[in-house]
Amino acid sequence: MADRIPSGTRDVLPDEMRELRAMTDRIRAVFERAGYGEVYTPALEYERTLHPDDQTPNPAYRLFDEHGDVLMLRSDMTVPIARVVGTRYPTAPTPLRFSYFAHAYRGVRPQRGQSREFLQAGVELVGSPAPDGTAEALTVLCDALDAAGLKNFRIGMGDVSLYPALLESVGVPADVSERILAELATGDFVGVERELAELRLTGADARLLLRVPRMRGGPEILEDLTGPLEQAGTGMRAVHALLSSGTAARVIFDFGLVRSLGYYTGAVFQVYDPAYGVPIGGGGRYDELLARFGRPLPAVGFALNVERLHIALTAEERDEL
Amino acid sequence: MSSELRIAVPRGALFTETLDALDRIGLNTAEVRANDRKLLFEDAGIITMRPSDVPTYVEAGAADVGITGKDVLMEQSEREVHELRDLDYGRCVMVLASVAGEDRAADALRRLGVMRIATKYPRIAANYFQATGRQAEIVEVKGSVELAPLTGLAEAIVDLTATGTTLRENNLVIREEIAVCTARLIANPVADRLKARAIDSLLERLDVR
Repeated sequence: MADRIPSGTRDVLPDEMRELRAMTDRIRAVFERAGYGEVYTPALEYERTLHPDDQTPNPAYRLFDEHGDVLMLRSDMTVPIARVVGTRYPTAPTPLRFSYFAHAYRGVRPQRGQSREFLQAGVELVGSPAPDGTAEALTVLCDALDAAGLKNFRIGMGDVSLYPALLESVGVPADVSERILAELATGDFVGVERELAELRLTGADARLLLRVPRMRGGPEILEDLTGPLEQAGTGMRAVHALLSSGTAARVIFDFGLVRSLGYYTGAVFQVYDPAYGVPIGGGGRYDELLARFGRPLPAVGFALNVERLHIALTAEERDEL
Repeated sequence: MSSELRIAVPRGALFTETLDALDRIGLNTAEVRANDRKLLFEDAGIITMRPSDVPTYVEAGAADVGITGKDVLMEQSEREVHELRDLDYGRCVMVLASVAGEDRAADALRRLGVMRIATKYPRIAANYFQATGRQAEIVEVKGSVELAPLTGLAEAIVDLTATGTTLRENNLVIREEIAVCTARLIANPVADRLKARAIDSLLERLDVR
């Protein structure tokens, strides 16, 4: 019987590896040119560093070291880099720019494009607030995808603070808000509708709460906004105004985008390609995470799933035939 | 009507009502109705499959949108698809049923601590008994679930019923209702963003009935 490997892991052989390497080399050149120095951190961190309850998506692997401390395989690079900033750069002038090509580990249902050990290519920009920092991250993201050779990608941009603010503004109780946000995160719009129907809101409020998460499209959706929407719209317009026309044309606005990661505070993005049915990467602003590591600084970053990027590239090539 | 969207249509109990709904919003389903064996209808933008395969195709983006029962979505709750509309047809109820007379499942639970439940929906059943604090051994079967309590394979079944006729004919009675299941429109999350206009237009036309 052949020796097996753990569920959700896989071997990469030379033909695939050559293509992956060519792709990551082109992305690395973009990161370097933009001033993002590459770092590598341990795959294993203390569990307490990663805060698995609210700040680490779907951790899969924990173990004990010889002292009985609980170690965890990191499930992204954002928290480890925040730790690096707090410990290795306690007084360094900002902004700080870091890039990485590193494996992360999550307890996902294994399938193609979704391994439990997966390679991420990403950047973190620390100390640069919205809108300038957000615009810079989006620019580097677009340049990296262009360099990888992806042609038809789009970047969805939302704001995680938008919908919670909207729920609060119409007086939805906190526990119900939690349920509604969880349903929104899984894309259960029928569930959202049912929760809202039980709240006995005014017709106008209920319609607004149903309509907003379905608002997605070009800059036209940012026009004529009022109340809590106006504030989020102003923020997104400010980011959009800073982008080059090429990058701006890639952005679609999505008021329903609620990435379920605990540490996001403002703008969030997700990368899509019409040739591939799952997102290729994502990111966003996490303006409060660094405070946990002793340097309260605004920050923004993104990560691309290298395997999914490769699948999308292959799918685009196939569609062109 | 161009086929901007590829729609996954379930064969089986929801088939005719789904095609009726698609006819009403301006798709031409005549070819689909006339053809039992063909699976891919490029002109109408329709692909047909078993209801339980619809989330698989939609999650992977092999179909942009699809229609399937809430029972299928509950059983495959890990699928990353957007559930956009309750289409209100194909109403069925997920029930716990056992042989008429004294409830053998309740008896087994009281005296043996565990009841054996036969079902085609192992995850819905397991979640339900977990949520209601009862120990149950789930026996997965692929069809004719009604046979299980009649032969002693299980004390009760968890199954979907529309009219209750099959249950009655097999001398089974409904003990508990677990969930009401109707047809749902689901979408691939990427298509829901990149083909937003086409999907919103589909929803609007479905809403005007």
